[in-house]
Amino acid sequence: MTELEAGRAQALVPVRSGAVLQRYRDVLIALIAFAVLASLPLFTGSKALLDFVIRCSAYGLFATSLNLLVGYTGLTSFGHGMFFGLGAYSFGLIMQKLGLPIPAAFVATLAITAVFAAIIGAICVRLKEIYFAFVTLAFQMLIHSTILSWASFTGGDQGLRGGIPRPVFLGIDLSNHVHLYVTSCALLIVGLLAMRQIAQSPFGYTLRMIRDNAARASFLGIDVWRAKLTVFVLAALFASMGGMVMALFVSGAYPEFAYWTISGEGIFINMLGGVSTFLGPMVGTVLLLLLNDTVTRFTEYHGIVLGVVILFFALGLRKGLLDFVAEWYAHRRETGEER
Amino acid sequence: MLEIRNLAKSFGGVKATNDVSLDFPDGSLTAVIGPNGAGKSTFFNLITGALKPDSGQVLLDGIDLAGRSPPEIVRHGIGRAFQVASIFKSLTVQETMLAAVSADQRTSAVLHKRFPLPETRDRAEHVMELLGLASKRHRTAAILSHGDQKLLDIALALVLEPKVLLLDEPTAGMGPEERWRMIDKVRELWETQKITVVFIEHDMDIVFKIAPKIVVLCYGRILATGTPDEIRNDSAVIDAYLGTEYAGAAA
Repeated sequence: MTELEAGRAQALVPVRSGAVLQRYRDVLIALIAFAVLASLPLFTGSKALLDFVIRCSAYGLFATSLNLLVGYTGLTSFGHGMFFGLGAYSFGLIMQKLGLPIPAAFVATLAITAVFAAIIGAICVRLKEIYFAFVTLAFQMLIHSTILSWASFTGGDQGLRGGIPRPVFLGIDLSNHVHLYVTSCALLIVGLLAMRQIAQSPFGYTLRMIRDNAARASFLGIDVWRAKLTVFVLAALFASMGGMVMALFVSGAYPEFAYWTISGEGIFINMLGGVSTFLGPMVGTVLLLLLNDTVTRFTEYHGIVLGVVILFFALGLRKGLLDFVAEWYAHRRETGEER
Repeated sequence: MLEIRNLAKSFGGVKATNDVSLDFPDGSLTAVIGPNGAGKSTFFNLITGALKPDSGQVLLDGIDLAGRSPPEIVRHGIGRAFQVASIFKSLTVQETMLAAVSADQRTSAVLHKRFPLPETRDRAEHVMELLGLASKRHRTAAILSHGDQKLLDIALALVLEPKVLLLDEPTAGMGPEERWRMIDKVRELWETQKITVVFIEHDMDIVFKIAPKIVVLCYGRILATGTPDEIRNDSAVIDAYLGTEYAGAAA
């Protein structure tokens, strides 16, 4: 082995084992996070706290999936909330009208979402920035108004009422609060782990290339349209999962789940937490829900307070909370290396 | 062999490329020169699929690629680098190379494995060594020097192992010394990689020194083709482009 080859081999080993190690590390973190969350009911009887975590699961799945589009691919969707609503309504309707077992309804809802996302995505992802944003918003309003006007099927502005049946499956009874809580946590962790895998896969790096320089990516032989459509559908699936958690939580589905404000909140969460790190949206979710809950307790003008907060982040900081932490960490490591 | 047959492209009334026919034999090194607006970049854009030609053929080893999409043309073996370095600013040098090899090996849509795939390493490593970027592998592309960004752009084209490499002004925006370093690199790549290289260049000293063959474009047409000596003494080229400064300068 020549000196050059030896040096190369040395440089290469960390590349490979690094990627594998990273995967084990992620799984380990996920297991610990799940263990901590799932054991929470053993230490506290607070229903409010468990409810808070369930809502974080629903919104966290949704917001993180939006980050796959906004942060990783540079596709700013203003209509991502439609898949949250679609998930909640499809799941609720399947359970109410067909009475399938919950896992079957879960899979069927994902399949329905995939079909809708593929059709809507095929139309939208060709469009550039602002047009993409507004056409996705238009589709969201289309779905919202369909829900409102097709009252005989969807319950119109009253939403899906009468509760969603929750038959026991595999010993899991989702009408039991703790069972519902642990299931929500499990869905959150599995969803996050799957999205993390997508973000760190070769496809995830294809998305980054498209975000940075789509024209150059196509000169490397990448089919940009197909990659964008793929991530659009994948992100929709996780948003739909979030919608299903929400539907299970409130035992119903309401038109607000499909309204544009959900998409707006998703964008807001991403701005709060930051889009440059994988867990930014998760941090943003916790922040937004905390803010929402505390502010509404003190004032009925909570919209004003939230507005001020978003202005502070958007104009004052120009990045999310976790972006700051990541930058600080990177800076510290750099100066550490130089020393 | 890359053969261009009667290639034409108009923008409104302007004929940016006007009935251009050229042969680039395998392993040749050709410089494309011409005044501003001569249609040099348009010529590259037509070959690589960035623009669709109005008529004509782009034959690579007998296969007509005219009017096909950039990804298709790249896959047939025509790679290019850009006048303004076209790179992925948030990726590191190493990530850029590994991701490009992934694209070439058609694993850029793989979801279930972690990036980078082991089989992409050798090629990425090889090209980083070749272009002297290996020591900067962990730098983010955005913070590289201008010269290194241009090298990274060329590395992106080269890592796909093209048959034909088109370089749009590899020395654009560089100081005199850096220019020579870059062009020596280009020449070295051409000699060691045994690929067909076509490059656009404005600096006549560089062109006359290193290019065995020169194509002069003017108003979208071929004004002249030939060796440096032939071009230097071509009266049409002197009138249209060179002026008297270079005329017979070698003599």
